Amino acid sequence: MSAVAIQLEQVPRLNPMFRLQWEKAQDCWVLLYPEGMVKLNASAGAILTRVKGEASIAQLIEQLQAEYPEAEDLAEDVLGFFQHAQALNWILYD
Amino acid sequence: MIKPEIASRQPLWLLAELTYKCPLQCPYCSNPLDFAGAGAELTTQEWIDVFTQAREMGAAQLGFSGGEPLVRQDLTELIAAARDLGYYTNLITSGLGLNAERMADFRQAGLDHIQISFQASDEEVNNMLAGSAKAFEQKLKMAREVKAQGYPMVLNFVTHRHNIDRIDRIIELCIELEADYVELATCQYYGWAFENRAALLPTRAQLEKAEAITQEYRQRLQAAGNPLKLIFVTPDYYEERPKKCMNGWGEIFLTVTPDGTALPCHSARMLPIEFPNVKTMSLEEIWQTSPGFNYFRGDAWMPEPCRSCDEKEQDLGGCRCQAFMLTGDMHATDPVCSKSPEHHRILAARQEAELAEEREMTYRNERNSRIFCRG
Repeated sequence: MSAVAIQLEQVPRLNPMFRLQWEKAQDCWVLLYPEGMVKLNASAGAILTRVKGEASIAQLIEQLQAEYPEAEDLAEDVLGFFQHAQALNWILYD
Repeated sequence: MIKPEIASRQPLWLLAELTYKCPLQCPYCSNPLDFAGAGAELTTQEWIDVFTQAREMGAAQLGFSGGEPLVRQDLTELIAAARDLGYYTNLITSGLGLNAERMADFRQAGLDHIQISFQASDEEVNNMLAGSAKAFEQKLKMAREVKAQGYPMVLNFVTHRHNIDRIDRIIELCIELEADYVELATCQYYGWAFENRAALLPTRAQLEKAEAITQEYRQRLQAAGNPLKLIFVTPDYYEERPKKCMNGWGEIFLTVTPDGTALPCHSARMLPIEFPNVKTMSLEEIWQTSPGFNYFRGDAWMPEPCRSCDEKEQDLGGCRCQAFMLTGDMHATDPVCSKSPEHHRILAARQEAELAEEREMTYRNERNSRIFCRG
C-alpha cells in the first residue's frame, strides 16, 4: 500500500471487514477479522471507539484532547495511529 | 491467526466440527479416516452449551466446520446463538448447499465471515478432485453472492501437484471474485491427504515456482492498491525444521468434533490418547485438567534430540500427529526436523514426488471410511 499522507479533514470509518469489540477475557478492545484478533492498546482503543464515519480526524483529536487534557503530543500520536491503521487496512475514508 | 503472545492458555479459537457429512469427497480431507464410525452428532442445545462455556473461558473466534456445516439444518440457530455470545463467527464451507436466501438468513443471524474452499481454478480439475460435477459452478456463484451480501470473503485453495502449476489462474480467479484474503494452502498430510500423499505432494520445483509467482502477484496487487492478501502455506515436507504445531498443544486452540470429542487440534483424534467428551465433562475441566489436553503441554515429554535442543522452544518438537503417522511413536521428534533420526522418511517422500507416476487416489466418502473403521 502506498503511504498516502493523512489529511486532518478526512473522515475515517472502520473497514467493515473488522469488528471492534471489548473483550473481557483480554481486558482490552480488540479488532476481530476472519480467523484473527488484534489486541489494541489503550490509546488505539480510545481512538478506534470514536471512529464512526462521522467525525473528521481533526475533530477526533479535539474530542480526545478534551477527554485527556494532560496528554502531550496527542495530535501527533493520533496521526501516527491513522498512518499505521491505514497500512493495516483497518480504516476507510469516503 | 491469533497471535501467540495473547495466550495465557485460553482457548481463543473454537473449531466446531458440526458434522462429518459432506457432499464432496476431497482426497485431502483432514477428517479422520474412520469418521463413519463416529457417534451421534451433538444436538443444537449441546452445541450452544459448548459455545457458552468456551466463550466464558475467553474464546473469541468460532469456526463452523465439518464435514460440510451447511448439512446441519440448525446452522442459522447456532450462528445466532454464537453471535449473541460475542463470537466472531466464521463459516468454513464448500459452498454446496448454500443459496442466496440461506446466506441472507445467516447474515441476519449475525454471521461475520464466509470462507469458501475451492479445489482448483478450472472446472475439470476442481470437479475431478471434489468428486462432484456441479461443484465448481456452484462455488463461483456462491463466492459472488458472498461479496454481493457484503461479507468479508476468504477463498481457500488447497494446492497439490495437480493444480499448483496453475496458481496464476487461481490468483486471477480470486482477483476477479474480489476476495479479501486468499489462502493458497498446500495440502497438509493428515487424514485422507496422508493416505493419498504420493498422489498429492508437489515437487520442490513446482513449489518454488508457485511461491515465486505468488510473490510477483503480491507486488502487482500492492502497486495497484488492491488490498487482497495472498497467504501462501508451504507443506512442511520441504522444511528442515518442524512447525510449532497449533502454537502449542492445548495453548489457544480447541476443536469439538461432531460427536462431542474435544481435541487440541483437528487431527489429534488419530493419536492413541483418550480424549474427553463435552457430553460428560465441562469444557473448563477438559481444557485445564483432562489428561488428553495436558499430555503434550510443557516439554517434560520430549525425548532426544528435542530434549537437549536449543531450538525446542521455537517449535516444541513439531507436530505430534506427524510424528505418530511417520514413526508410529507420537512422542518422537517430528521427522520434518533434519535432526530427527527419522528424517529420511521425509526425504523419501520428496524423492517419491519426483517420480512422475500417476497414482490412484482414495476419495473421502462413507464407503471408503467404513473400510478404515474395520481396519
